[in-house]
Amino acid sequence: MTAAAHPLVRSASRWGRRALGFGLPGFVARRVLWGLLTLFLVSIVVFAATAVLPGDAARAILGRNATPAALAALRNQLHLGGSVFQEYSQWLSHFARGDLGVSLASRENVSTFLSHRVENSAFLMLLAAAIGFPLAIVLGAISARRRDSAFDHVSSIVMFVLAWLPEFVVAIVLVVVLGTTVFTVLPPVSFFPPGDPPWDHLKELVLPTLTLVIAVAPYTARMLRASLVEVLESDYVEMARLKGLSERTVVWRHAVPNALAPTIQVIALNFAYLIGGIVVVESVFNYAGIGSALVQAVQNRDVPVIQAITLLVAAVYVVLNIVADVAAILVSPRARTSLR
Amino acid sequence: MTVVEVSALRVEVAGQRADIVDDVAFSIDAGDVLGLVGESGSGKTTVGLAMLGHTRRGTKIAAGQVRFDGHDLLKMSPQQLRALRGKSVSYVPQDPSAALNPALRIGKQLQETLVAHGYGDSRREREARLGEMLEEVALTDDPSFLKRYPHQLSGGQQQRIALAMAFACRPRLIVLDEPTTGLDVTTQAHILETVRDLCATRRVAALYISHDLAVVANLANRVAVMYAGRIVELGPENALFNAPAHPYTRRLIEAIPDISGQHAVKGIAGSAPAPGHRPSGCFFAPRCSFAIDKCQLEFPSPANVSMGHAVRCHRHEDVRAATLLERSAATPWRAVDSKQALLEVHSVGAGYVNGPVVFDVNLSIQPQQCVALVGESGSGKTTLARCVAGIHRHATGQMALAGRPLPFDARRRDPDTRRRIQYVFQSPYTSLNPRKTVGRLVGQPLRLFFELTAREEYERVERALDRVALTSAVVDRYPHELSGGERQRVAIARALVADPALLICDEITSALDVSVQAAIVDLIGELQREMELGLLFVTHNLALIRTIAETVAVMSKGRIVEYGTVEEVFSSPQAPYTQSLLADTPSLGRTLAATDDLSEHT
Amino acid sequence: MSVVLPGTLPGRRRRRPLTLLTLRAGGQARVRIGVALVVFMVALVLLGPLFAPHSPSAFVGLPFAPPSGHVLLGTDFLGRDVLSRVLWGGRSILELSLAAAGLGLALGTAIGLIAAYSQGLLDSLLMRGMDVILAFPAIVFALLAVATVGPKLWLLVIAVGLSHTPRVARLVRGASLDVVNRDFVYAVQAMGEPTRKILLGEILPNIAGPLLVETSLRITFSISLVAALSFLGFGLQPPAADWGLMINENQTGLTIQPWAVVAPILCIALLTIGTSLIADGLARALAGIDRAAES
Repeated sequence: MTAAAHPLVRSASRWGRRALGFGLPGFVARRVLWGLLTLFLVSIVVFAATAVLPGDAARAILGRNATPAALAALRNQLHLGGSVFQEYSQWLSHFARGDLGVSLASRENVSTFLSHRVENSAFLMLLAAAIGFPLAIVLGAISARRRDSAFDHVSSIVMFVLAWLPEFVVAIVLVVVLGTTVFTVLPPVSFFPPGDPPWDHLKELVLPTLTLVIAVAPYTARMLRASLVEVLESDYVEMARLKGLSERTVVWRHAVPNALAPTIQVIALNFAYLIGGIVVVESVFNYAGIGSALVQAVQNRDVPVIQAITLLVAAVYVVLNIVADVAAILVSPRARTSLR
Repeated sequence: MTVVEVSALRVEVAGQRADIVDDVAFSIDAGDVLGLVGESGSGKTTVGLAMLGHTRRGTKIAAGQVRFDGHDLLKMSPQQLRALRGKSVSYVPQDPSAALNPALRIGKQLQETLVAHGYGDSRREREARLGEMLEEVALTDDPSFLKRYPHQLSGGQQQRIALAMAFACRPRLIVLDEPTTGLDVTTQAHILETVRDLCATRRVAALYISHDLAVVANLANRVAVMYAGRIVELGPENALFNAPAHPYTRRLIEAIPDISGQHAVKGIAGSAPAPGHRPSGCFFAPRCSFAIDKCQLEFPSPANVSMGHAVRCHRHEDVRAATLLERSAATPWRAVDSKQALLEVHSVGAGYVNGPVVFDVNLSIQPQQCVALVGESGSGKTTLARCVAGIHRHATGQMALAGRPLPFDARRRDPDTRRRIQYVFQSPYTSLNPRKTVGRLVGQPLRLFFELTAREEYERVERALDRVALTSAVVDRYPHELSGGERQRVAIARALVADPALLICDEITSALDVSVQAAIVDLIGELQREMELGLLFVTHNLALIRTIAETVAVMSKGRIVEYGTVEEVFSSPQAPYTQSLLADTPSLGRTLAATDDLSEHT
Repeated sequence: MSVVLPGTLPGRRRRRPLTLLTLRAGGQARVRIGVALVVFMVALVLLGPLFAPHSPSAFVGLPFAPPSGHVLLGTDFLGRDVLSRVLWGGRSILELSLAAAGLGLALGTAIGLIAAYSQGLLDSLLMRGMDVILAFPAIVFALLAVATVGPKLWLLVIAVGLSHTPRVARLVRGASLDVVNRDFVYAVQAMGEPTRKILLGEILPNIAGPLLVETSLRITFSISLVAALSFLGFGLQPPAADWGLMINENQTGLTIQPWAVVAPILCIALLTIGTSLIADGLARALAGIDRAAES
């Protein structure tokens, strides 16, 4: 029986299948290759936006009164001069070798400049994810099991409104309520000396984490509820009940395994959203991460920093998607076997 | 011994007073099969699920009893019900591809019923039982087979797994909900055989739900006919089919085409009322030719016509008196002999990305001739029909329309060629754009092929609707406001309005209920004669073509394996495939004739 | 032969499916509240300047003066009237986010429709191109755009619009894939209807429901993103009156004069709550209609 291609598998071209083989390794190889291609295209977009489009990037950065010597030095640093292709390939090869250049604003090496910020952002994101996603799974599961109950109705509407409130609105409301005006129990900014590990400043992390949790958990819960309801209403769950299986078996053996793949995908999607969320949240709380660094870099036209951060963010997104796709296929026999 | 007794069962739409089924009562003895027959929406499945104390979301059991072994199943606690389900009362679903868990290996799914009900003391005993179960349904218990996932099995194998699962704990009652729908006739014949054997040898009481009278006649001892949520007639299979006492049963029998005899099928006009829209008197009265004033006022209570044969009809005596099966013979017609074929298909092959499905097919249709193309699902018949219609482009070979070459791609045909070939699709639920009114749908070919004023266009639309027996009141309706039969009429009107020379009908009745199906076939036959159409009638239903076609091409695995006049093919089929197809098709006439013989001898 | 039309639907008014959706959505309390909020906020934005007690740029008191009879919501960091600036400051956000949502919806719908209908190489190319934009979170994409030539309003509209595009395209493609292989599309193909008419006349009306829900979500998200960008200082530039900018400028005085921040925050919150309530109601109505159509 040739079942139609499973939606998780996406239609791989016949070429891709022949070139990279069948089965899971072939699938992973195709996904990674496509990820690299996406990153390559992303790098073109980034380079075009920061170094080509504005015309003379060096003059745009240094302003009208720049000396010719300063302009030449900057052009050299940004790998400008020569044809667009030469500029791009030079830039890319430096980047690929880990040479991210020197920040124009801080005169620091970009990789040193970013290292502890990356650490800070990653910690904040993972903290928010570690709290937000389990919470979302619990909320989603309860709403789905108690579908159309009062809890379901109230939580669904509250979650929807919270999900679509802008992060900075949530952040500032939290600051006003818990940090400055109504109660003053938590620090309204999350600034601490650079180089300090973020886990030594958990109190400063409460508000930004809470903001991010409110930004992703409700939406994740709602999406999960929808996929769980679909599974719980399926014929095979009804059939399991008609076979006289205990409710525990019905839920854990028949419903949960089928809910895993959609759950993984929903979480991956919202994790990606979290990456965008830190830009605003870090700026509101003055938290030293890559999000606030990006905002400052754009304000200062600090091209090497912008390039590094945007590429990093895109790379994280691409990797995240590959991991999620492969994981979703591993937990879904139907998709897994259709790879063969 | 009575295994189950249902009385006064009423299931409602939750939160409303509207009933889905009401006043349902029957009993089934050990070893007996009760056939529950009805059209879609009549409440068959609702009754079937109530036998396990289960209701679908949004419905609730409002009254009645389901006594199993003397205990009312509907009063049991969830724990008691759970102990019963799958063990003493089991269920075979309509669509096993959806009812088997896609994430669990089939071995596991078979085992867990045994484990849940503590069947067998050891793993070895359960494995032995598993082997037995699989043998009973003619499947292997090879470990590599048990390791497969449901989607790695064919539809027939999936249904066998569901059967094995249902019989696993040796239940005393089994509910089979249209278990053969969607299977081809040969697989269906095997499944029915298995069900019959298992019920007889294990003394299981079975409720067999189906819309197919022939299948039920073949399998059941007794039959209950449901209409709009009520059992309108219940009796021994033989008595019920030979001397129906309810007008609905009578019309239903007339409506099914049968391969055993040549007769025109007669449809039932109108459609069954939905829950919440049911009239005050007899629900069938609006469609009934026997109806009198009393029928409009009072819902008839059950009356016994003979031993174990009850009916809900005020006029059952007159109905029984009226001779049944006074069927008019079908009127075959001959094509005009013409020097030039209307359509010629020459060594056409076609396929999809996965591979070819049609190989080297030759076919010709004379003007005004009806050629039936018969085959099971996957035989390539629809692909071939779509090639002719110009909507399947991955094809090789030649086609010609009235002597002129016919490209495969509709976009490369000239407008007049496109106009002359019209296509009616299988499902009127997908072939009409739900966002357009009937008037715009039927008018669409006119706007493409003719230059008409608004007034002329409206008149032609009206005429086309009139031809398919719809009033012009439907012009500003949307498809979802019409019944399935009405939608298919709209689709036919859309084809006719273009004034075609060749009409392709692709399984046009298979998405419709029997009573509606007959009316549509009637209509097509009539139109073909009146409008002098060449007709390519594609179907999987052998019985259907006897009443409409004169020439038949039987297709199997992408090739035409038999070609001849309907008479020849039915009386002396040459290809082994055609022979088995004819033998496996359930036939009401044949079953009744067989039981008559039997009763004469005893 | 008799007329088959059932007589069971007398007096039932016939309604276009989209009208039905709107009516069903309108029957829900949440949608009514949402519509009321949106109408109120839009009225405030459009008519607000007429009722502003002061000029938005006039210095009427000390910086961060608390509310008084003279300045109902106090003053901002330069001593301008907060109430007047709030009444003036919504127009830019509303215009920019509507323009961006419109751009993203138009572009995304076109790409999604073409991708779903073509189904071959073109489909892959278009959707993988969309993947490239998707690799940037929306706000990062907008910041990258700002990095090119600085905070220009047209650039903001294009960047926010483009960041919507792949998400709309995915939705439209997904919804259209359910439609493009339905028989009624083949039916008009066989009649020879041109592709443009098939896309716009046959397929688009059938995805109008999901598209309507997506429209309300995209507007919500646009408001949120445009406000965030102007909060970060990449939207309207001082001394313009703009909600996002106001929050940015007055954040330092949060402890002394919270109203200068809370008032614009409240406006943005009410607006997005309004639009998201409408979106939720539409989505529910749509799901209900789909479920009814299945049975």
